[in-house]
Amino acid sequence: MNLQPVILWTDAALFALLAAAVLAIAGLRRDPLQRANWRRVLLRPSAAVSLVLLLAYLVVGLADSIHFRRALPDGGDGQVHFASNVESLLDVALGGLRSAQETTYSAPLATHAFVKDNIEREGQLVGRDYPRLVHGGRHLGEPPQGQAGDVALRVGLGLAAGGAVCGLLWLAVRRRLSDEPRARRALLAGLASAGGLAVVVGVVAALAHGYHVFGTDKVGQDVLYLTLKSVRTALVIGVLTTLVTLPIAIALGISAGYHGGWVDDLIQYLYTVISSIPGVLLIAAAVLMMQVVIETHPEWFETAAERADARLLALCVILGMTSWTGLCRLLRGETLKLRELEYVQAARAFGVGSAAILRRHVLPNLMHIVLIALVMDFSSLVLAEAVLSYVGIGVDPNTISFGTMINAARMELARDPAVWWSLAAAFVLMFALVLSANLFADAVRDAFDPKAG
Amino acid sequence: MLAYLIRRTLYAIPILIGVNLLTFLLFFVVNTPDDIARMQLGVKRVTPEAIANWKRERGYDLPTFYNAGAGGAGRLTETIFFQKSVNMFAFEFGASDDGRNIAREITGRMGPSLAIAIPTFVLGLFVAVCFSLLLAFFRNSALDVGGVVLCVMMMSISGLFYIIFGQWLVAKVWQLVPISGFAGGIDAARFLVLPVLIGVVAGLGSSARWYRTLFLEEIHRDYVRTARAKGVPEGAVMFRHVLKNAMIPILTGVVVAIPLLFMGSLLIESFFGIPGLGSYTIEAIQAQDFAVVRAMVFIGSLLYIVGLILTDLSYTLVDPRVRLQ
Repeated sequence: MNLQPVILWTDAALFALLAAAVLAIAGLRRDPLQRANWRRVLLRPSAAVSLVLLLAYLVVGLADSIHFRRALPDGGDGQVHFASNVESLLDVALGGLRSAQETTYSAPLATHAFVKDNIEREGQLVGRDYPRLVHGGRHLGEPPQGQAGDVALRVGLGLAAGGAVCGLLWLAVRRRLSDEPRARRALLAGLASAGGLAVVVGVVAALAHGYHVFGTDKVGQDVLYLTLKSVRTALVIGVLTTLVTLPIAIALGISAGYHGGWVDDLIQYLYTVISSIPGVLLIAAAVLMMQVVIETHPEWFETAAERADARLLALCVILGMTSWTGLCRLLRGETLKLRELEYVQAARAFGVGSAAILRRHVLPNLMHIVLIALVMDFSSLVLAEAVLSYVGIGVDPNTISFGTMINAARMELARDPAVWWSLAAAFVLMFALVLSANLFADAVRDAFDPKAG
Repeated sequence: MLAYLIRRTLYAIPILIGVNLLTFLLFFVVNTPDDIARMQLGVKRVTPEAIANWKRERGYDLPTFYNAGAGGAGRLTETIFFQKSVNMFAFEFGASDDGRNIAREITGRMGPSLAIAIPTFVLGLFVAVCFSLLLAFFRNSALDVGGVVLCVMMMSISGLFYIIFGQWLVAKVWQLVPISGFAGGIDAARFLVLPVLIGVVAGLGSSARWYRTLFLEEIHRDYVRTARAKGVPEGAVMFRHVLKNAMIPILTGVVVAIPLLFMGSLLIESFFGIPGLGSYTIEAIQAQDFAVVRAMVFIGSLLYIVGLILTDLSYTLVDPRVRLQ
C-alpha cells in the first residue's frame, strides 16, 4: 500500500518531547539521588497503578499521532494522488470503527437505533419503527437472533484473552519479585492494574468487533472511537502547554531571583499584570484573536486537519503564555533563597560567571519544583480543556476531544429517555486519566519535595 | 496602616495600566478592526462599505493613537486607544458590539451573580472546613484515608460532570427544583438551591484536602503538644487551638476570591440560565463581542487587585505578628 506520511506540528512536538523524556530518563538513571527519589515514587502502589494507566493512555495518544494519507486508486494519469483525509495509526488499529457509521443515536450494544424512523420497504412506507443498525450486530442476521448468547460468548472470549495476558505477565515477573515487601507490593499493584486493563481491553475489543460498545452519538459515530481519539487531544494539551510554560517560567523566574534590581521589578510587574487578569478571560481574549487570525488567513492551511492542528497548537501556546506566572513566582522565591547560600557565594567569590553559577548550582536545585509543577499542572489542563471547549474557546469544533464530546452531548440527558452513553464514556475516560495523573503527581511531590517529608 | 493602604492602591495603578495595554495590544494590534469586522460579517463576500459601516457604528473608524484631523485635545482623545482603553479607568465601557450599554448590563447583572456566588462561597468554606477538621481529628484512621481518597476522586471529576449530572438527577429525575431560570425576590431561592449545592460539592475536594494539610501542620506544633501535656481534652485542643490558628491561612487564602464573587460563576450561571455576569461573559465570548470581553477583563483584574490588597490587610487583622509598614 502506498502511504504518504503527514507530520502535524503537534505530532512533531509530541515526539520531540518523548525523545527528550527518554534521554532525561537515561541520564537520570546514572544519578543515584534521582534514582532513589524515583524509587520512592514507584514504591507507592497508587503511583504504580496510575503509571500503568498513564502509559496505556500514552500508547493510545502516540498511536494517534502517527498520521498519513492513503494513496487513491490509480486515476489513469500515471500519477499517485493521496486522499485528502488524514488517518492515524490508531484509526488503522481500530479497524472499521471509524467507518462504522450509523445514522443517529443507538444505545450501547444495540441492534436497533434509539429513535423511531419511517421504515420503507421496496419504496413503500411500512410504518414507524426503530430502524435496524447498519453495523451494530450485523453478524446476528436479520432479524437479529441470539444477541444475549453472542454478547456472553464475546465477553467470555475477552475475559479469557485478558486472563491469558495476565497469566503471561505473572509468569514474566514471578521470578523477579523482590523480597522487600514494599517493592513487592508496588510491583503486584502495577501488575494487577495491567492485568485488569488487559481484561477490560479484551472484553471491549471482543465486543467492538460486532457492536457499538458505547453506542453511537447524534450523527451515528461510534462513541468508543470518539473517546479513544479524545485521548490524544487531552495529552497534547496537558503536555505541550507545560512545554511552552517551562522555558518562560524558568528563564524569567531565575533571572528575577538571581539578578534582582530592575530586572526583578520588571519581571514581577509582568507576572502581576498577567496573573491579575482572570484566567478564563485572558484565554478567551487571546483565543478569540487567534480565531480571527486563522479565519482571515484560510490560505495558510492545506487540509482541514492541518487547520485544526494549528488551532490546537495555538491553544497550547496561549494556555502556556497565560499560566507561567505561578511557577515563575515559585522559582523566583527559591532562587532568592539559593542565591544567599554559602556554596553559591563561594562560587561567586572564586570568580565563576553568573551563567555558570545558574547552570551548575541554581538550576539543578530548582528542578524538583519544575518537575512537581509539571506533573501537577497536567490534570488541571486536561480538565480545563473540557471547560474551554464548552465556553467556545477550546479546540477546533472538528477536533475530537473530551470537551467537544461533552459539549455536543450536554443536552442529551434532557431527552426522554435520556441518552447517557456518550457523556458517560467521555466523563469516565477523562476521570480515569485525571485521577491517575493526580495520584502520580502526589507521589512525585511527596518524593521530591523536601518539605513534604 | 493608612499610609500602607494608600501606597498599595497607588501601586495598583501601573498594574491596571499594564492590563489595559495588554488587552489593547491583543484586541487592536494583533488584529486590526478591519479583520474583526470581516470576521463578524462573514469572511467571504463582504464589501468595503459594509466594513466601514460596521466600524463607524461601533466607533472603530478612528485612528489608533493620534488623530491629526481633530483639533486641540481631540488629537489624543478622538482615537481608538483613548475611547476604548483609557475611558475604562472612568468606568465608561461604552456599548457592546450589539449596541447595548455595557455598564448598565453589568450593574443589572451583579445582583443575580452575587445571589449565587455568596451562598456558594460561605457554604463551601463552612463545609470544607468541617470536613477537613473531621479528617484531621481522626487522622491516620481508615476514615481519614478514605476521606483523602474521596477528595482526590472529587478533584478528578470534571466540573461539567457535577453540573450536568446534578441538574439531570435533582431537577429532571427527582423534579425537586426547576431545571433552570431565575426570579427576583424570595422566589429566587427555588432557583438557587441546586446551583449553590453543585458549586459547593464541585469545590469541596480540592479545598478540603488543602485545609486538611493546614490543620495537620498546626497539630504538630509545640503549643498543641503543650496544651495536650497540661491535660486539655482532644476536642478542646482541636476547636480552641488548632481550628483558631489554622483559620489564619485559610481565611487569608480565600480573601483574594471575595471581590471576584461579583464576577459570578461562568459555568453554573450559564447552565442554570441565571442572568448574572458569568453567563454574560460566556454569551459575549460565544457571540465574539469584543467590547464586552474587554470590559470584563478590566473589571476582573480590578477586582483581583482589590482582593490582593484585602489579603494583605486581613493578615494584620487576624495575625498580630504581622505588621505592615
